[in-house]
Amino acid sequence: MDSLQTTRRNFLKTSAGSALLIGFALPLSLKRAQAQTNTFAPNAWLRITPDNRITVISGSAEMGQGVLTALPMLVAEELDADWKLVSVEQAPADTAYNNPMFGMQATGGSTTIRAFWTPLREAGAAAREMLVAAAAAQWHLPAAQLRTERSQVIAPDGRKLSYGSLVAAASQLALPAKPVLKAPKDFKILGKPTRRLDTPAKVNGSALFGIDAHIDGMLVAVMARAPSPQAKLKSMDEAAAKAIKGVQKIIAIPNGVAVLADGFWAAKKGRDALAVQWDLGTALLSSTKVTTLLTEAATQAAGSSGAIAFQQGEAVATDAAQRLSASYEVPYLAHACMEPMNCLAWVQGDNVTIWAGTQSQGPAQGILSQVAQVTPAKVKVNTMLLGGGFGRRFAPDFTIDATLLSKLSGSPVKLIYTREDDMAAGYYRPAALVQFNAALDAKGQATLLSANVAAPSIMAGSGFMALPASGVDAMAVEGLADHPYDIPNQRIAYGRAEPGPQVWFWRSVGSSQNTFFIESFIDEMAHAAKADPLQFRLAMLSKKPRHRAVLVAAAAKAGWGKPLPAGVKRGIAVAESFGSYVAQVAEVSVAKDGKLRVHRVTAAVDCGMTVNPLTIARQIEGAICFGLSAALYGKVSYKDGRVEQGNFHDYPVVRMSEMPKVEVHILPSMEAPGGIGEPGTPPIAPAVTNAIFAATGVRLRSLPIDSGALARA
Amino acid sequence: MINLTINGKAVALDADPEMPLLWALREDLQLTGTKFGCGMALCGACTVHLDGQAVRACSTPLSAAAGKKVTTIEGIGASKTGSAVQAAWVKIDVPQCGYCQSGQIMSACALLASKKAPSDADIDSAMSGNICRCGTYGQIREAIHVAAAALTTKQKAA
Repeated sequence: MDSLQTTRRNFLKTSAGSALLIGFALPLSLKRAQAQTNTFAPNAWLRITPDNRITVISGSAEMGQGVLTALPMLVAEELDADWKLVSVEQAPADTAYNNPMFGMQATGGSTTIRAFWTPLREAGAAAREMLVAAAAAQWHLPAAQLRTERSQVIAPDGRKLSYGSLVAAASQLALPAKPVLKAPKDFKILGKPTRRLDTPAKVNGSALFGIDAHIDGMLVAVMARAPSPQAKLKSMDEAAAKAIKGVQKIIAIPNGVAVLADGFWAAKKGRDALAVQWDLGTALLSSTKVTTLLTEAATQAAGSSGAIAFQQGEAVATDAAQRLSASYEVPYLAHACMEPMNCLAWVQGDNVTIWAGTQSQGPAQGILSQVAQVTPAKVKVNTMLLGGGFGRRFAPDFTIDATLLSKLSGSPVKLIYTREDDMAAGYYRPAALVQFNAALDAKGQATLLSANVAAPSIMAGSGFMALPASGVDAMAVEGLADHPYDIPNQRIAYGRAEPGPQVWFWRSVGSSQNTFFIESFIDEMAHAAKADPLQFRLAMLSKKPRHRAVLVAAAAKAGWGKPLPAGVKRGIAVAESFGSYVAQVAEVSVAKDGKLRVHRVTAAVDCGMTVNPLTIARQIEGAICFGLSAALYGKVSYKDGRVEQGNFHDYPVVRMSEMPKVEVHILPSMEAPGGIGEPGTPPIAPAVTNAIFAATGVRLRSLPIDSGALARA
Repeated sequence: MINLTINGKAVALDADPEMPLLWALREDLQLTGTKFGCGMALCGACTVHLDGQAVRACSTPLSAAAGKKVTTIEGIGASKTGSAVQAAWVKIDVPQCGYCQSGQIMSACALLASKKAPSDADIDSAMSGNICRCGTYGQIREAIHVAAAALTTKQKAA
């Protein structure tokens, strides 16, 4: 079933435009820096100056996942750099920084480490070989006799030359064609817990996020955003808005009406005073309608015209001792990044400059060049820190609108979404529904699994991918069509439903719902077979050693099968996503009034060779918090064509008092690195709902968790 | 003109008295460490101290700060508590995206000003107004304990 993932990756590679090889081509900015100063910049990724400082340049965006530390670690390892002398800066948008797994400069899909594991180590190794060659020439010694340590080249007799002192000589040398990489056993930096380089700035207020960007004379824009793409402006009170002190301009653009003012407060007062009325049309979306459309699509998937994501054996089991069927459903979800969407844009003639926390610098360059009608080279992207991304900041809405507003107003414009604007702006995790059927034989072994999964297509709606000819959206079925269990007869089909809202990537994408679906239904099968949920899974995983290993480790660390305090029960779930394997055991209790408490989560992860174990543990813990928020509360619902949620009172998220104790166990592995930003999210919802079943006998088949149903149990 | 003291400096602002303190800090004074998250005092990203009390700057009109002392993340390090909390945050390496952390630190400092050795329950109740979407709650809790211990040790030494 690996073919599905391969397909998706190839698709991303080939569909996203010209896939340049990850290169050692110098971007113009660095060529200039090298020409003007005494700097050793052998490739796009690093710079060494005579003061011995090493600067690593990150083409990836930092949204909390730790790339601004991990990428420098990759370079520093092979460079034998003194870590204390290493700093990091953000790259401009330039094809030199294309992510080789995407073929464009973008950060997402838990790809950064997987994509740059080799290229950035090669960048460091190449620089090291050049520095050694420069020292060898100076000492008249063969390079092979020299070694490197802590930013110094060392001769057999103990003489030392700092990297800084070799900058000028190394700059004259040719780049080695095939730099030699270290064996993992020789790693001194990779695999060691390392504090983040961006922490000091993030605790003293000096870290600059997109919303902090500033240019003298800029205007701040707040928009009355159209509630749906079909909405038409019916009326507004422009005079009332203009009467607000500080309001400068009112501009209508396709996504809504913007009020531009001297500052945010005047812009927001102006926006509120506009009192915009929208004509929403006649077909007003409701959440009931969403469910109806998903159910129809699942029924269609079940039919002979269904788009098959995976099939083997027969679709019908003849020897069934027991049959199970169940439907599961999840709603749309907002990302609710702490930093609402925003962008500062300045269009000056045919030059466009933006300052934004964006996950898609490369695509932004292309899209904004079309918006402003300039060539892509004229679009300069300043990547700021991202106050949360989770996929949301891959979207182009905020950069497009800010650029349009700057072009139309002639001023630098910082567009800021209010929390309510952000919540209602779409780009949601798709709502999805699945209809399962299964059969167990007399020994309680699964002989059949069929799943008809319905969801809107992210690929079709993305603007840079397309639904493949098979009709299967790989992201709508990931985690389900490639589930690990050895069941002889299977049919997994996809039915596309398009209720209307813009759907998008949300931390762990399709696996965010499909792991809830499959790991819940597998649990149902285990209980029907009167088997231990862990043993039932292991029995079907004989060909999946990495799934087995994380399950066994998580269970052992959690004390699976051992007594717990009265009322506390365990649930377990496992998933592979983005090349990493995660199992989680949740311990929960349910009070008489239905109040759920998740006490502890024990996670085991196999993400291959590790870069920064500290980051890995934090990403898994954070992903658990993110997935738990969705499981407990997450729901974007529609009524009369409008989103019903606006802020954290009606879109609650996990707070300190609800956060379980999390233990993360990283399994030693020599496999290629897997992703780490997302794989912690998929297992948490089913681990919790499986534990709820163990505690109450109530099988929750929809999210968010209905505590009313638990109270009635 | 509205007169107030920000991080120890006297400031006079010619601004809408109804405007939330948050925007005076971020836009008029370019103190951008205090963040906008929700605008409704629901997330805590904008937490600052007003005469030593933690308040949500997004929902505090500028007029309410007139004549008072405002401390922001840019100024909190000048206090013993503030520097201990920031040092603990660095030691535990708390932040991920970092956007909420100014507010978290300001709430933690206010807690430690009133409770020298807070329990986990004290921390839950003092910190549950501050949302972190990255899920750094476990590290925040740990860092508060570390800061509390450091402050107690310092006091004993003195």
